[in-house]
Amino acid sequence: MNSSQTTSPSCSLEMRALQCYRGDMLLFENLNCMLQAGETLHVRGANGSGKSSLLRILAGLAQPDAGDIIWCGSNSDTLGAHFSTALQYVGHHNGIKLDLTARENLAFHQALAGARDDTGLSAALERVDLTHCAALPARRLSAGQRRRLALARLLLWHAPLWLLDEPLTSLDDEGRALFCDLMQRHSIGGGIIVMATHERDIGTNGPHRDLMLQ
Amino acid sequence: MSATQAFTAVLRRDLLLGLRQRVEIINPLVFYLLISSMFPFAVGSDASTLVIIGPAVIWVCALLAATLSLDRIFHGDYEDGSLEQIILSRHPLPVLAGAKILAHWLLCGLPLIPAALALAVLYQLPDAALYPMLITLLLGTPVFSLTGAALAALTVGLRGGGALLAMLILPLYIPVLIFAVAAVGNAMNGLNIVGELYFLAALLVLALTLMPLAAAAALRIRLG
Repeated sequence: MNSSQTTSPSCSLEMRALQCYRGDMLLFENLNCMLQAGETLHVRGANGSGKSSLLRILAGLAQPDAGDIIWCGSNSDTLGAHFSTALQYVGHHNGIKLDLTARENLAFHQALAGARDDTGLSAALERVDLTHCAALPARRLSAGQRRRLALARLLLWHAPLWLLDEPLTSLDDEGRALFCDLMQRHSIGGGIIVMATHERDIGTNGPHRDLMLQ
Repeated sequence: MSATQAFTAVLRRDLLLGLRQRVEIINPLVFYLLISSMFPFAVGSDASTLVIIGPAVIWVCALLAATLSLDRIFHGDYEDGSLEQIILSRHPLPVLAGAKILAHWLLCGLPLIPAALALAVLYQLPDAALYPMLITLLLGTPVFSLTGAALAALTVGLRGGGALLAMLILPLYIPVLIFAVAAVGNAMNGLNIVGELYFLAALLVLALTLMPLAAAAALRIRLG
């Protein structure tokens, strides 16, 4: 677990004149935002206002209809795989296989990232308080525990950019506190967080900026 | 090197999942055996008729059974968000799609081969037909998984995607069907079948080269 590891101070994320349509409907246009190391952006807006679309565009899963994403001064399109290694995305879906155990799920993601590390894996499970469920199939975990498992992925390897879509969904109070602490550590370590959220009171997470989508 | 590791990681995960959801592998297999066994009831159990229709029935039913399991290549990963994570990994997507296709063939394509040989015995095909049956299935079933995966990627997440997939894929299987059944038929008549086997091998190489790329491109389009 190395989420508090310091990130190179030069890392920055810039959205330049982003535009996104869903069908014929304009979700947002001319969206500009500059995030420096250690900054957190809360993306807010009504349901269907394009929060998830923005996160998917930032992750590179979808293409914007216009505009560019600049990571550390370079266009994300030209960075390619270098950009994907710099980010971690936890979407609306958890991305876990219900027929694998909690441990197997994390081990797969670790292997995909090319970093097998059993102690790191155990530490991540312990950090999200799932050690006692490590050998259970994810199918038998509650919704909140599945969310914790998805968020444990963030701790497996260090990525300076976290893109989180409603990360606190179905987490209990303890889970929220735990996760806010993780985000705080990430920010202090110089990481950048962009999260879609409806929560009013996650101000415990230190300074952040709001982006309101209409 | 690390792309190889990612390939094995995806392959291992899909094999493990396949073995834990055995029903999804067994169902197409039972479907295959059942539907192939229907023909003798319909056309009568006359041995000379069965020998004539046998290779065709065994191959057409194998094709239908292969179509039945295509949906599972990407659908589950699409539904639970794993596909996003796979696409976001830094490894080339065609390599990872290739791992998923290989897992699908090992779980759903390979078991068809012993079943087909059992059916060949049931249809009382001569011994001369068994070896060509084995070789054509070994060359043909991977083409089913490869071509099927590209179309499964194109239809992943669509409403009614399963039926659409079957309609799109069956015409693409025709070349394999023609050469495979011709090979088995010719072998039964004591003719040389090297030509047919070369054609099947060429189709396999073509599918092996193009289909992982096509599947990866289709997945990016579907998720974008």
